[in-house]
Amino acid sequence: MGLIPGDRVACTVGTTELSGTYITDRDGMHVVKLDSGYNIGVDPRRVILLERGRPAEQPDMDVVQDPSLPELAIISTGGTIASRIDYRTGAVTSQFTAADILRAIPGLAEIARFRTHVLATILSENMTPALWQEMARAVHDVIAEGVAGVIVTHGTDTMSYSAAALAFMLQSPVPVVFVGSQRSADRPSSDNVMNGICAAAAAVSELGEVTVVMHGTPSDDRCAIHRATRVRKLHTSRRDAFRSVESAPIGYVDYPSRTVSLADEAVRRGTRPLSLDDRLEPECGLLQFYPGMDPALIDVFSGYAGLVVAGTGLGHVSTACIERLGALVDAGTTVVMTSQCLYGRVCDRVYDTGRDLLAAGVIEGATMLPEVALVKLMCVLGRTRNRHEVVRLMQADMAGEILGRTPHGL
Amino acid sequence: MDFEEIGLVAGLEIHQQLDTACKLFCGCPTRIRPVEEHNGEFYRYLRATVSEMGTIDRAAEEEMKHIRRFRYLAYDSTCLVENDDEPPLPLNGEALEIALQISRSFGMTPIEQVHVMRKLVIDGSNTSGFQRTALVAVGGVLPNGGRVESICLEEEAAQRVEDACFSLDRLGIPLVEITTSPCLYTPEAVQETAAYIGMVLRSTGRVKRGIGTIRQDLNVSIRDGARVEIKGVQELDLLAEVVRREVRRQQELLAIRDELRSRRASVDEEPIEVTGLFRESGSAILKRAKVVLAVRLRGFAGLVGREIQPGRRFGSELSDYAKRCGVGGIFHTDELPAYGVTTEEVQALRAAVAAGEQDAVVIVAADSTKALCAIRQVIRRARLAFECVPEETRRMLEGGSSAYMRPLPGAARMYPETDVLSVTITPERWASVQAPELLVDRAERYVREYALSPATADQLVHSSMLPLFDRAVAAGVPPALAARTVLSTMKELSRDGVAIEAVGEEQVLAVLAGVRDGRAAKEAVPDLLQAIAGGATVEEALASLAPVVDPGDLRALVERVVQERISFVQERKMGALGPLMGVVMAEVRGSVDGKYLSELLRKALREALE
Repeated sequence: MGLIPGDRVACTVGTTELSGTYITDRDGMHVVKLDSGYNIGVDPRRVILLERGRPAEQPDMDVVQDPSLPELAIISTGGTIASRIDYRTGAVTSQFTAADILRAIPGLAEIARFRTHVLATILSENMTPALWQEMARAVHDVIAEGVAGVIVTHGTDTMSYSAAALAFMLQSPVPVVFVGSQRSADRPSSDNVMNGICAAAAAVSELGEVTVVMHGTPSDDRCAIHRATRVRKLHTSRRDAFRSVESAPIGYVDYPSRTVSLADEAVRRGTRPLSLDDRLEPECGLLQFYPGMDPALIDVFSGYAGLVVAGTGLGHVSTACIERLGALVDAGTTVVMTSQCLYGRVCDRVYDTGRDLLAAGVIEGATMLPEVALVKLMCVLGRTRNRHEVVRLMQADMAGEILGRTPHGL
Repeated sequence: MDFEEIGLVAGLEIHQQLDTACKLFCGCPTRIRPVEEHNGEFYRYLRATVSEMGTIDRAAEEEMKHIRRFRYLAYDSTCLVENDDEPPLPLNGEALEIALQISRSFGMTPIEQVHVMRKLVIDGSNTSGFQRTALVAVGGVLPNGGRVESICLEEEAAQRVEDACFSLDRLGIPLVEITTSPCLYTPEAVQETAAYIGMVLRSTGRVKRGIGTIRQDLNVSIRDGARVEIKGVQELDLLAEVVRREVRRQQELLAIRDELRSRRASVDEEPIEVTGLFRESGSAILKRAKVVLAVRLRGFAGLVGREIQPGRRFGSELSDYAKRCGVGGIFHTDELPAYGVTTEEVQALRAAVAAGEQDAVVIVAADSTKALCAIRQVIRRARLAFECVPEETRRMLEGGSSAYMRPLPGAARMYPETDVLSVTITPERWASVQAPELLVDRAERYVREYALSPATADQLVHSSMLPLFDRAVAAGVPPALAARTVLSTMKELSRDGVAIEAVGEEQVLAVLAGVRDGRAAKEAVPDLLQAIAGGATVEEALASLAPVVDPGDLRALVERVVQERISFVQERKMGALGPLMGVVMAEVRGSVDGKYLSELLRKALREALE
């Protein structure tokens, strides 16, 4: 008779008899949670069923929401910010009723009322442009219904892509705040509580644009508010992995006081009317050039509507690659040059290879981060295929992605 | 005291740091640093997470009563894993190997597939809010017939620097946790068993030594009492006393319970605010407090002040519970008037809560949230006094008494560490694990094989110099010389102010090898070590202090000394041997073995006298 997770079992280790709960199978072993709380893996031949387990009761907690507080919408895409561990299997599952979130982050109920919407339950590396569109529509709809702000919970890996996509597709009169957590929500030290509280504080603040709100330092002292088109995940695991590149954050939320301070550049609530343009051309690629790269790799993108190149230095590729890029442009692909330096402006007018790239029809991507240029190119090509219009739009600032002046501090 | 009569049952949990190159889940060295060398710091909050049953572990909940901002000190020898800012690396294989060796020593059976767990600990000592721990083996035996229930491999917690500040150098050092069954029935048995387990651990030669590297936790109960865990006993010699004091505490608490029942005592449901009574008080704490709350304990008069352990009263237990809410302590009428509180104030206090002579009143002073939390804790603990000895985790105080820390943790505190893969211990791997020779067996072998005295052998195996001794003997140095050098000579030099710590193991070995090769006499060892401690190289020391003397030259030297003093020799006959030895030794400056030289001199004397 097969065991079902939750069954009471007895097992033997040497001559020692132990009892516990059957959890799962791992690499040919039965994993048993002993009464002491420890899990061990035991050869299935040494495990016997004592008693069928009863399904664990899902605890319910009534959550009282304060009607006098502003209403926020939480749109979930499957980040771990409100996930819960299944102690029997060890798997992390996303929980997503309003009650689940308020239980995971109790301080939220003091800041606002919440409505919640589950858009997806995916790891953020599985995010797609089609989901960005759905996300933009969902955010647009809740704003149209009158919420004071929107929080999008998101896995951190591709959060900055999604945030940039929303910044290009949506004009919002209220804050749209992306938030996630770098350390899993089941641990007492998780950053989910502070990030969640700070995101809610930012979402009821005087902000009026799409932002990312995450830990500003390794300490639990404040979150930084980043503009969606200038932010990048710059560390694999640290809490303060998100940084505004080549610009200061547009604000901070102090913790635990929840005091929001906004920079002069931050767009204020109500400045822009609500509008949505969710057209998108997903057939766009991003290619990082490296010394000795086979020019034939560029051909992989033939037939694509657009290609962003992360070139070296001021925005260069090898002479051998320029001809192939020119051929792509001639065949109708829009090619935009950015720099893998991340900091600084692309300028293809200094060296010969640069001038040759311009002659081949490659567009300078100014100060855009490579992945931001990619998302923008999808949006622009979704709206127009007119060559002049595409060039104009790619070089004009739409949502803070292009800096008019390059700051002198690094 | 007849401990069997009172039903004493005790068990031990021994935590021993392992001397591995790296920490349990990262590549950092297992080195303790002076606090002033920290090169970074950060601040965090920890919060209890809900368990699978939708409940919060009761020990964790208790910690949450007073939310604290923890400060952590980082070093150039710690990394993002200690900061809880990077996932752990795989379980340290060296540490597992040592744990398996120890398992073998106790005759245990390893777990086939070892799973790393997270044990919820939110007192700030772990940046993550949990301690990683894995059950490695079960089913061991002790020489007294008791059982070793389990061996776990755990990560050491961060060292508390003060209050809510922790140092990250210690966090993550591997340690083994050895848990005995409740199989010890006298205080002495507890101490003897701990000593035996400590000896087995040190037999591996791969555990850390020194203060704080081994800690004993005790589980103690008596009949009608309760299981109480006392944490952090660092001195082995105190173990029996800690047990005796806990036995007394439980007996006193049971006596208080019986007395309360016979007095039909009770505890009021709700506290009463008495802030106004102390506005002009001579007690600065009460005068300054935002809120003072009081609770009447009916029928408790005299019992709150009753001593239950040396230096501890029942009131100390109430105070410990209150302190969990961040207050400094409590006041109670068994000790008042005192601390600036007047008789009049005590009378007013008694009147305010309608307390009679048979009643006690407890007050706490703080801001309103803390005061309410604290007085509720007092009410809760006072109520428990009617029922039983509470199951608790306690910490040892200096001298052997203990203070309340938190309730015993429940099963809700353990869940899988999903970032670390399980490790399979194959039968082949287990078969290759050898139990180390126990130190007691090794001492016997030294007596047998090296002809050392039992006392010297015993001293050797318990010495931190043991590895050096073994290396010297393996290199062909006579065991007696090696033992004398590491046990006596080096200690004496140190006592005489020689910087012996500046002499490395390799240098000591080189000096002993010099003696072995006849390049120096064993009598020269102290002078050689002293010269090296003073900055000389081994070669310089050997050359200057122990010039090599050719056997032919030596004979000539001895004969010359005898001839130069021939009248003295004829006068004293063989009695000249001693005085002439001194002269000859001074000439060779310690470069020749004394015994050999004395033979030569004896022969020369005999020849001269003939």
